Amino acid sequence: MSDWIIAFKDRFYVNFIKDDRWQYITNGLWVTLRITFFAVILGIVIGFLVAIIRSTYDKTGKMKIANFICRVYLVVIRGTPVVVQLLIIYFVIFASVDIGKMFVAVIAFGINSGAYVAEIVRSGIMSIDKGQFEAGRSLGFNYVQTMIYIILPQAFKNVLPALGNEFIVLLKETSISGYIAMEDLTKGGDIIRSRTYDAMMPLLAVALIYLVMVMILEFLVRKLERRLRSSDH
Amino acid sequence: MTTDNVLISVNGLKKKFEGMELHALNGVSIDIHRGEVVFVVGPSGSGKSTFLRCLNLLEEPTEGTILFEGVDITDKKTDINKHRQKMGMVFQQFNLFPHMNVMKNLTLAPVKLQGKSVEEAQKTAMELLERVGLANRADAYPNQLSGGQKQRIAIVRALCMKPDVMLFDEPTSALDPEMVGEVLNVMRELAEENMTMVVVTHEMAFAKEVASRIIFMDQGSIVEENNPKDFFENPKSERLKGFLSKVI
Ligand SMILES: Nc1ncnc2c1ncn2[C@@H]1O[C@H](COP(=O)(O)OP(=O)(O)OP(=O)(O)O)[C@@H](O)[C@H]1O
Ligand SMILES: [Mg+2]
Repeated sequence: MSDWIIAFKDRFYVNFIKDDRWQYITNGLWVTLRITFFAVILGIVIGFLVAIIRSTYDKTGKMKIANFICRVYLVVIRGTPVVVQLLIIYFVIFASVDIGKMFVAVIAFGINSGAYVAEIVRSGIMSIDKGQFEAGRSLGFNYVQTMIYIILPQAFKNVLPALGNEFIVLLKETSISGYIAMEDLTKGGDIIRSRTYDAMMPLLAVALIYLVMVMILEFLVRKLERRLRSSDH
Repeated sequence: MTTDNVLISVNGLKKKFEGMELHALNGVSIDIHRGEVVFVVGPSGSGKSTFLRCLNLLEEPTEGTILFEGVDITDKKTDINKHRQKMGMVFQQFNLFPHMNVMKNLTLAPVKLQGKSVEEAQKTAMELLERVGLANRADAYPNQLSGGQKQRIAIVRALCMKPDVMLFDEPTSALDPEMVGEVLNVMRELAEENMTMVVVTHEMAFAKEVASRIIFMDQGSIVEENNPKDFFENPKSERLKGFLSKVI
C-alpha cells in the first residue's frame, strides 16, 4: 500500500511539479476559458440575430433573402463536424491572413454555437403566445419594439436553461482546439503526456477539471431553472 | 349626424384568408360615429372578429378602405402604429404581459410611445386603476390575478393610451360566470362616458342595455343593423330571426 502511495507521489511529481509542468494545465485552462467565454458571446449575438430574422420571416413573410442565408448557415453548420469547421476556418478562410489563433478559435466556435443558439432562441420566440404579439402591436408598438419589450424577454427567460446546456457543450467542444495547434486544457495535458510518457495521470487530471467545470455549470443552470420556475409570472 | 362625427368609416371591406374558399369578410361598409357604442353579434365564424381586427389592421384587409379620423389607414403609406395608439383593443384572452407587473403593463406604452414621464404615466394608471377598483393590485403580476381582474387591467391598459375608440373582442367569453359582471360594469361606465366602442359579444342582454346600435353579421356580411329595441323586437331578415331564436 505504501509502495503504491510512493509510486503515485513520484508520478505526480514527474507529471505536474517537475519543470513546472502544472503550468501546461493552468495555462491551458486559461486558454479554454477564454475561447469559451468569447465564443459564447459571439454565439449569442449570432444566434439572436438569426433567430429574429427567421421568426420575422415566419411571422410576416419579410426578410426572405436574409432568411434564406440563415437557413443555409444553419444547414451547413449543423450538418458538418465542428473539427472540420475549425480546420476550414483556420487553414482555408484565414490561411493567407496573419491572425491570432485565439481569434480564429473564437470565430469558429462562435459561428458553430450560434447555429444551435439560433434554433433554441427561435423555438423560444415561437413558443410565446401570438396574443402577446397582437397586444403589443395593438398598443402601437412597431414590430421591433414589440420584439424587444414583449417577446424577447419572455422567450429569453424560457430558453435560459437550454442556452446553459448549449454552453456546457461548447466548453467541452473547445477541446479540439489542439487541431490548430492551440494549447488549451486538453492539449496541455497531452503535452505533459508526450514529455513524461505517462498518459494516465495528465489525461485524468484534464478530464477531472472538465468534469468539475461542467458540474459547476450544470449546478448553476439547475439553480436558474428553479428560480425561473418559482418566479413564473 | 354630420359627417364630422364619423370616427371610423369602413368601405367595401373584404378579407380572404390564404387557403380559404370563401371570404371571411365579404364587402362590409359601415360608419361608426364618435360616442357611439356599436355591438356586433352573429353566429360563430360569421366574421365578427375578423371585422374588428381589420379596424386596427391586426388583420390586413384584402380589399376596401378604412378611414380613421379622416385618414385612410389601409393606405400603405400611413404609419399604422401612430393610429393604433388611438385605438384601444381588448382581447378575449386578456393578453397581459406576464413578465411585467400590473403597473409596468399599464405604463409601458405611454412611456415608450407617447413620451410620457414614468411619474405621469403612473399617475394616470393609478387613477384608472382606482376607477376599476384595482388600485391595490398595482404591484401584482398577471398570474396572481383572477380572470375578471386581468380583463379589467387589460381594459385599463388600453385606456392609459387615451384612445379615441375601444375595440372589444368577446371580452367576457373566457371568464367564469361570476366574473362577467365586474367586466361588464367597467364597459358600461365607459359607454356612459361616451367612449366610442365597438364590441363583439355573445352577451345579448348586455348589448340590449348598452348599445346605441347593434349589427348582425352572417357569412362575412352585415345582414341587418338597428337600434337595440327594434333589433330584438322587430328583426326583419329570416337569418336574424333564426339567430335570435337560438340565442335568447
Ligand atoms: N387566421 C385565420 N386563418 C384562416 N382562416 C381564418 C383565420 N381567422 C379566421 N378565419 C376564418 O374566417 C372566418 C371568420 O372568422 P372569425 O373569427 O372572424 O369569426 P367570428 O364571427 O369571430 O366567430 P366566433 O364567434 O367563433 O369568434 C371563419 O370561417 C374562420 O374559420
Ligand atoms: Mg371571434
